[in-house]
Amino acid sequence: MDAKKTFLSWPVLRQFRSGDFLGRGPAVTSERTRTLEPRTKTADRVVQSVCPYCAVGCGQRVYVKDEKVVQIEGDPDSPISRGRLCPKGSASEQLVNSPIRQTHVLYRRPHGTSWERMDRDTAIDMIADRFVESRRRTWQDADEHGRPLRRTMGIASLGGATLDNEENYLIKKLFTAAGAIQIENQARI
Amino acid sequence: MQDLANADCIVIQGSNMAECHPVGYQWVTEARLKGAKVIHIDPRFTRTSATADKHVPIRAGSDVVFLGALINHILANDLYFKEYVVAYTNAATIVSDEFKDTEELDGLFSGYDEELGNYDPSSWAYATEGEGEDASPGTIGGPAAGHEHGHSTSERSAGDEHGSGGPALEHARVKRDETLQDPNTVFQILKRHYSRYTPEMVADVCGVSVDDFHYVAKALTENSGRDRTSAFCYAVGWTQHTLGAQFIRTAAIIQLLLGNMGRPGGGIMALRGHASIQGSTDIPTLYNILPGYLAMPMVGNHDTWDDYVAAIANKAQKGFWANADAYAVSLLKAWWGDAATKENNWAYDYLPRLTGAHGTYQTTMAMKDGEVEGYFLLGQNPAVGSAHGRMQRLALAELKWLVVRDLQMIESATFWKDAPEIATGELETEKIGTEVFFLPPASHVEKAGTFTQTQRLLQWRHKAVNPPGDCQSELEFFFELGKRIRERLAGSDDPRDRPLLDLTWDYPLDEDGEISGEAVLQEINGRHLSGERAGELADMYTDLKADGSTSCGCWIYSGVYAKGVNRAANRKPGREQSPVAQEWGWAWPDNRRILYNRASADPEGKPWSERKKYVWWDEENQTWTGLDTPDFVKTKAPSYRPEPGTGGPDGLAGDDPFVMMADGKGWLFTPKGMLDGPLPTHYEPQESPVQNPLYGQQSNPARRVFPRKDNLWSPSGTAPGSEVYPFVFTTYRLTEHHTAGGMSRWLPYLSELQPEMFCEVSPELAEDRGLVNGGWATIVSARTAIEARVLVTDRMTPLVISGRTIHQIGLPYHWGVGKEAVVSGDSANDLLGVALDPNVQIQESKVGSCDIRPGRRPRGEAILRLVEEYQSRAGVTVETSNQLKTAESNPTESNPTEDGH
Repeated sequence: MDAKKTFLSWPVLRQFRSGDFLGRGPAVTSERTRTLEPRTKTADRVVQSVCPYCAVGCGQRVYVKDEKVVQIEGDPDSPISRGRLCPKGSASEQLVNSPIRQTHVLYRRPHGTSWERMDRDTAIDMIADRFVESRRRTWQDADEHGRPLRRTMGIASLGGATLDNEENYLIKKLFTAAGAIQIENQARI
Repeated sequence: MQDLANADCIVIQGSNMAECHPVGYQWVTEARLKGAKVIHIDPRFTRTSATADKHVPIRAGSDVVFLGALINHILANDLYFKEYVVAYTNAATIVSDEFKDTEELDGLFSGYDEELGNYDPSSWAYATEGEGEDASPGTIGGPAAGHEHGHSTSERSAGDEHGSGGPALEHARVKRDETLQDPNTVFQILKRHYSRYTPEMVADVCGVSVDDFHYVAKALTENSGRDRTSAFCYAVGWTQHTLGAQFIRTAAIIQLLLGNMGRPGGGIMALRGHASIQGSTDIPTLYNILPGYLAMPMVGNHDTWDDYVAAIANKAQKGFWANADAYAVSLLKAWWGDAATKENNWAYDYLPRLTGAHGTYQTTMAMKDGEVEGYFLLGQNPAVGSAHGRMQRLALAELKWLVVRDLQMIESATFWKDAPEIATGELETEKIGTEVFFLPPASHVEKAGTFTQTQRLLQWRHKAVNPPGDCQSELEFFFELGKRIRERLAGSDDPRDRPLLDLTWDYPLDEDGEISGEAVLQEINGRHLSGERAGELADMYTDLKADGSTSCGCWIYSGVYAKGVNRAANRKPGREQSPVAQEWGWAWPDNRRILYNRASADPEGKPWSERKKYVWWDEENQTWTGLDTPDFVKTKAPSYRPEPGTGGPDGLAGDDPFVMMADGKGWLFTPKGMLDGPLPTHYEPQESPVQNPLYGQQSNPARRVFPRKDNLWSPSGTAPGSEVYPFVFTTYRLTEHHTAGGMSRWLPYLSELQPEMFCEVSPELAEDRGLVNGGWATIVSARTAIEARVLVTDRMTPLVISGRTIHQIGLPYHWGVGKEAVVSGDSANDLLGVALDPNVQIQESKVGSCDIRPGRRPRGEAILRLVEEYQSRAGVTVETSNQLKTAESNPTESNPTEDGH
């Protein structure tokens, strides 16, 4: 018999001593449970962020350990959300760490039946080539009355409501300079 | 958002706030705990209804009748806030006597152009003091203010330009009758326009009982005035209609009449659904606007710089939009630096031109017709999330190349192998020539930057970790793509390449070797380029000049980086500051949390009441002060009156609180700016089983329709065949999913919480159609058929409309057909067609007509035959429901002074 296990560690007495009458609290914890610590305690750093789902803009605290996100919690400092998150915001750690999240560039060739891995640098080069070619091919200098158009109707884009202002700014700036006007996002929908 | 806690009554309509914005809803709960009345008006009983004082079930798409009847009730019973209305709104302003109302023209306003299906708004203009030859005879806001027909304003979706203020007027010398008795005052016009919007009409059209109507009317009016304020909250339940912008306008009229704008606990809260959807409108990835709601140039209207400047602002109008030339020049300087000079009109001609509406739906149709070669999808999944999913997917298959940037392998990236159209045989993988590049992006914690949340608040996110594998931020991707495009064009002497080669594209890198988001935010904030402060960041938009001495990427964001401090990163904990919390993030403009807050004080500058004090005039120190940044020139006394004819900010009197409006007033009647009428009017949806009982004009005569074989509609109202699609369906979101599912259906936690597509039906409808709870149902529209699990619930209330029972069916729209997500299912958006609001080109997806039958949908090609069988039974053709004018009047003949277009 374990020397530490005495009459006093008899469960009923443990329950009485700790006030855990129903036996659902400290009276029934194991040594392992007692040494467990929340991931938020052992994180190397905590970074303030904002929930990426709806537009309420709830504050998030991102807990990082060994350069990995280990937990995302509501930020009690936020005067908007006061520490709360909804089911989506609470699940956002999975958005970052989901095992099925895509982390490789993939390519489907015309008429292809499957994806192929592609180097990111190559992909961006190919996209730049296609952008320049499509722009050249579909360029409109002026309308039938000779009024300037200076645009392409051959390149379009959709997306931005989940992106940062700085990102939307560069997208709008680049596409407008290129003459691509069909730039849209969820705000139209 | 927090300010909702100050409301005494909150009406939530067109939103299921408790489920779709649950954390924001804590402020509604807080208001209710303090005694506020909360009312939920919605087709479905939801958790918002369950936690409200009252749920009022309503027929989808009938909101203008309900709200219009509230206006009628307020006016007929003298329940409006008289001092506020006379001083701060255009109620006393006199409208041109050429104006004819829908009450005279069977549902049309004067100026309707049958051929173009749109309005010439010149007859809606204000009457003017007859001193000028500068305007068209006796009007303001008429042709002299820009000669632009509603057709072209709709094409360029000009309504979006009013995201930060009203449209330009040529000056502000309006005629007013502050007794409100002149029959041409806005006040009297309003009274006549809504006189038939009675509680009985509400019962007949909306299916809302007279008692329920009076409950809402009483709650709202008793909780508005000097001592009390009421707020409205809405979401896409109001915007996604063929007259969506007018739904919101109706609420704006109520709130102005009750004196609830610019005051604590008042206003109209737009509950937007994406983290930075407000930001992506302010700094738009939208076709029709430039940053800060400046118009994109349109051929014919803005061919030259002088045309453009004259159209976006007029120095003779009141308010801050009179300085729009400074905002535009500063933007062009930010983009083209030294290449933008006074001599070349600040490189204005580097901007491409619009020739029509180039919104996402027009682009999809052009794509399907083979006119678009390349497409970027940046965190968006149109195969599931956009209306008419079939059309979206068939369009993707016509592209030469497609770039998809998403965290997950979404349906829009895999349509070529698992779209439903592969199963029907309409598409074949080997025959689809689209080249697809899938590039994974950084998540929100793997990059630094700002989101702008629903109340114009910019919040900086710090970067927590580096993105894994090939993942990279959009900032980094587009910076890199821009560099490589410019490399390929280097040395080109083709003038078309100058805008790309002259573009300022030399951003500094951060410690991780990536482009610095802070540097981009500084460019957005703006800086002084020459003069004493050369090199310094701008303090706010009043620093900006039209002489090329300043640059600014988005004038309304100017000040976010004032004095070199990233104010979006301000993080003083809420508990350590006042409830207005101005030291958390930064709100545009100038960190104001409630817009037009000058209206929280009376004309003399005193708070309307102690209970509702917010911003007031400090007589001793001769300055505006209060709990927020005053939305007014700080030292302008309430008694200030400008010399008649003064334009710009100096033209605003000390009691003109609506500082972005061209006359300084809140607009009950819109002489300009709304393309489908100066007053909201009830029209039935594009597809409706109900005949419009108010007018011969069935649906919005200015809505945008696309009569195409791939975009068919069921017959409406009493038209033969409408009985084939007898039920109304409406689409919505769930707490556990996010739009098209890209950020939720791939997450095991959320997928487990809401695993499967379902439809909500009432017990009566279930019995009528033999639907069993937990069993399957097939829902058929004129476009396609989908299947869903049946949820029989009292949450859906059958409504009696014009003596007939109308059943509504609720459909969440998060699922899509594919093989990659944790959960998949049929997409509700596949049922929708494409018909748009003319002001903003947004689709009607909150209401449509359908049939419902027990059992699963047919597989393979058989589903096409089922849909065709319905179409043929209903006699559907390309023209069905697409006739724009059905009124029995001829507005052009009734208005002989009109000078054409």
